Amino acid sequence: MVEIRFHGRGGQGAASACTIYADAAFRGGKSVQAFPMYGVERRGAPVQSFVRLDDSPIRARHNIYTPDHVIVLSETLMNTVDCTAGIKAGGTLTINTDKSVEQIKKERGLDGDYKIFTVNATKIAVELGLGSVTSPIVNTAMLGAAARVTGTADIKLLMECVAESAPSKPEKNAEAAKETFEAITV
Amino acid sequence: MKKVLTGNHAVSYGAMIARAEVVAAYPITPQTQIVEKLSEMCADGDLDARFIKVESEHSAMAACIGASASGARAFTATSSQGLALMDEMLHWASHARLPIVMANINRSLGPPWTIWTDQNDTISRRDTGWIQFYCESNQEVIDTMIMAFKIAEQVKLPAFLTLDSFYISHTSEAEELPNQKLVDEYLSKYQAETDLDPTKGSPAYGSLTTDQWYFELQIKMQRAMEQAYDIILKENDLFEKMFGRSYLPVEGYRTDDADYVVFVSGTIASTIKDAIDRARENGIKVGSAKVRLFRPFPKAMIREMAKGRKRLGVIDRNISYGSEGAFFTEIKGALYSQSEHPEIHGFIAGLGGRDVTVDSAYEMIRLVVETSPEKDINWQGAKL
Repeated sequence: MVEIRFHGRGGQGAASACTIYADAAFRGGKSVQAFPMYGVERRGAPVQSFVRLDDSPIRARHNIYTPDHVIVLSETLMNTVDCTAGIKAGGTLTINTDKSVEQIKKERGLDGDYKIFTVNATKIAVELGLGSVTSPIVNTAMLGAAARVTGTADIKLLMECVAESAPSKPEKNAEAAKETFEAITV
Repeated sequence: MKKVLTGNHAVSYGAMIARAEVVAAYPITPQTQIVEKLSEMCADGDLDARFIKVESEHSAMAACIGASASGARAFTATSSQGLALMDEMLHWASHARLPIVMANINRSLGPPWTIWTDQNDTISRRDTGWIQFYCESNQEVIDTMIMAFKIAEQVKLPAFLTLDSFYISHTSEAEELPNQKLVDEYLSKYQAETDLDPTKGSPAYGSLTTDQWYFELQIKMQRAMEQAYDIILKENDLFEKMFGRSYLPVEGYRTDDADYVVFVSGTIASTIKDAIDRARENGIKVGSAKVRLFRPFPKAMIREMAKGRKRLGVIDRNISYGSEGAFFTEIKGALYSQSEHPEIHGFIAGLGGRDVTVDSAYEMIRLVVETSPEKDINWQGAKL
């Protein structure tokens, strides 16, 4: 079983991202489950959502406390939320930021037993015209990063699911996923 | 065809392929997605139904009553406070013997205000005369939608199914979407016994009845519930033959050689399977039994499942204040007439959406296996 936790802000599409990711993994033959941790959150408030993936049917129906992988849709979330909480030893933490891994490690004192990846999904989203400069839509871009880092979904299937789910600009959203996928080296 | 859908959309899809003819519903978290999807389906022409906008849940059920009495297949969905507001009309629907189907998201009742899961909203509708199914997965939700109409229409009683708030309602997983042609073959068009067309000099519905007949009508309702139990088994057999999936009123998991059995309903019935596997790996002969049907209560299957066990447990995600967990009471009641009475633990867990993990399920299994019950309520995962 692989468990992934997404950190986002209300309205940023973290919950939709999890459903899209689960759909891609399902099309690749996995058993999947995606769910949001629902508060009564307003726009902009920190939210979490989750994906479970397995080769056999998934029966656990409760929250995820010790994820294998964590995806952070915007670095500023880390000012108020402990995004590293419970990451399994040897797991990963992927952050949308313009900083390098070394820089973010030093600035935020990240020294746990997990591997850190960074990607500038905001820049990619802005360049592709997803959302606006002040409020870019980064969830689809971060899906490509998730696929690369966790190795649990095929990028072609993921792009297909992104394009099917995007309410507008399906190709640009799929392209965003592809660009982050290619930007990260594991 | 398999598709990744939320539990809520499984309900909407179920209503569509069951060819509901009237949908009257009022949105409420966490049920809103069901209504949104159904209104889209009606607007797009995917579902040939009359979508009636109402100003409350009480009116939603009233509209369903009118629709069903005049011969239409009627559907609604609600949750928690909405279900509570419907209460008067719930009794009306069953006494009028109308086969309305409803989906209810199990959400705790306020105050304090809450949107997370427990079963008190539906458990407290115990005596409304509705058939009650408790589901553990999205697939079970969509399949139960189809079966519920067929069962309800045969016994002329309304039926609802429940799904846990968020753990099913907002959880996406891959579901097999039943083929429309097969569903049409399984579930034919609803034929009402009455016709409320005033131009045909139709009879009145629900007019005054003195003690001359009221008692006998109550007996008829009870008999219809008893008959529903047999029809549920029969319809499940047919469903399994046609669709390859089966849902018994009481469903054992690794119970064949089990010395200990834990009864449970809703999503905990799914989670506990991982804990049962862990206990089995540790050499403990234990199994779990999902109780899917609360009304009519499947007494015979409960007795069969309890037979020859060393000890039993019941996990309730509800509380009957001043008594104990509702399933606990029912299961003990079913066993009273039997010669053997294994010891039985009553757990209450997960109220207000408190998470019930594999670890917490394992702890309840451990208590059943290792200890004798000392009290009627064993609070699990509570800050005491």
